[in-house]
Amino acid sequence: MARLDGRVALVTGGLRGIGQAIAARFCAEGATVVITDLDAPDSEAVAAALAALGGQARYVAGNVTSEDDWARIAADLQSAHGGCHILVNNAGIDLTGAVETLSLEAWRRIMAINVDGVFLGTRALVPLLAESGGAVAGGASIINVSSIMGIVGYSEVSAYNASKGAVRLFTKGIAIEFAQKKMPIRANSLHPGFVKTPLLSAGFQRWVDKGFAEKPEDLVGAMEAATPIGRLAEPDELAGPAVFLASADASYMTGAELVIDGGWTAQ
Amino acid sequence: MAGRLDGKVALVTGGTSGIGAGAARRLAAEGARVVFTGSKAEIGEALAREIGGRFVSHRVEDAAGWPALIDTVLGEFGRLDIAFANAGTEQGDANIEQVSIETWDRLIAINQTGVMLTVQHAIRAMARNAGATGSIIINSSMNAARPLGNYVTYSTTKAAVVALAKSAAVYCGQAKYRIRVNAILPGVVETDMIRHIMQSQEDPVAVRAIYEGMAPLNRMAQVDEVAGLVAYLASDEAAFLSGAEITIDGATTAGMMGV
Repeated sequence: MARLDGRVALVTGGLRGIGQAIAARFCAEGATVVITDLDAPDSEAVAAALAALGGQARYVAGNVTSEDDWARIAADLQSAHGGCHILVNNAGIDLTGAVETLSLEAWRRIMAINVDGVFLGTRALVPLLAESGGAVAGGASIINVSSIMGIVGYSEVSAYNASKGAVRLFTKGIAIEFAQKKMPIRANSLHPGFVKTPLLSAGFQRWVDKGFAEKPEDLVGAMEAATPIGRLAEPDELAGPAVFLASADASYMTGAELVIDGGWTAQ
Repeated sequence: MAGRLDGKVALVTGGTSGIGAGAARRLAAEGARVVFTGSKAEIGEALAREIGGRFVSHRVEDAAGWPALIDTVLGEFGRLDIAFANAGTEQGDANIEQVSIETWDRLIAINQTGVMLTVQHAIRAMARNAGATGSIIINSSMNAARPLGNYVTYSTTKAAVVALAKSAAVYCGQAKYRIRVNAILPGVVETDMIRHIMQSQEDPVAVRAIYEGMAPLNRMAQVDEVAGLVAYLASDEAAFLSGAEITIDGATTAGMMGV
């Protein structure tokens, strides 16, 4: 028996990187998966993603910063699938630069996507999760994708640090709240280290453009050398932890943080 | 789910009761061949028959006995892939003002030196695997993060082994071993030991309510729930997880304990 049989999952930012890998593993474990992202439903990226996920997945366009979009997504989950058991708040962006050079506009944008998005998604789906969670072993599961940058600071990453730190403690707050109110929803945060995603590649390219390195490969090499396991993570290595947190096996895990960084923050 | 640990060999210290026994059962159910240790031979042999595993009478703090234990594992099963450094006790512990040096030394020997010996011997054995692979899981406690006033030695040792897990994880990386080392920090788990403690109190119902009330989830963890985390960390699904401390406490330490 697959571990997520009969469960409905929503994964934001599901077209690429970690979100895509989590969606794929959820499908393989038997879940019905709805992915959201910004791309138009008839775009090539959506067609390719759905083809890769097989018949158990659907795409719903949605902006995580939009209350209206979240209301529409919640209504869709209710009407098409009768509820929702797993919410993965994965969509996110990064922002780097010396703090004195950051624009308020850029600061507000990263907070809107990385923090408001997690809050709005949680708020919109809690009624569904509370309802659906009572019917599955271990209850419903919210998995918020934070980062090791939500635990340790890093030079010229202050805005991203702040946004991911907010996700970390937001998760603990709602975990306690749901538990005390006996709502069948667990909430935990994932803290990936350096993962081979389009987001990381784009970030490395920006550092090259700023003259921090000659080419992105040099930055990859430096990151690998700084990671005790000696390599970057594949996106799929974030999917196993997400399946675990979503499954009945994690029934006593709530308010916890799962750091998946190859030992980076253990040093 | 069955078969996730097929072909792997596991060692569980303190495996005759509580979380250790639960983990031994779960690891075996997922396909691992399990060797477990303890000092209660009769119970150990019965569990070995139940799970098709191997019991070895050994106290975790017995440094001189470790080479023979590892010889048994490698001699009978050929390899070691998973080690659960679980053996530990809070028996006789007290507060900082009253704890005796004998109690302090005994608990340090079991909870801290015993874990060090487990990790050390496990790494030496796992380094012999092709690609030097393995997963080591240390059973710490949420009291590493929220120390108890009346259990100074227990709290201290449980915090110490989190640092030990991280140091060993970083070392394994430096040595180019693909051996992962992680610590788990359970909240109150409803083991036979906890049941015994509750039953020996004047008002067992009230004591149970105190234990349950520590977690916002308002219940204790079941042994199987911790065993599920151990099995996950033992599996290849946790391939990028090393040096981590993983709380499994029903949100007890997500906020302030008991609030």
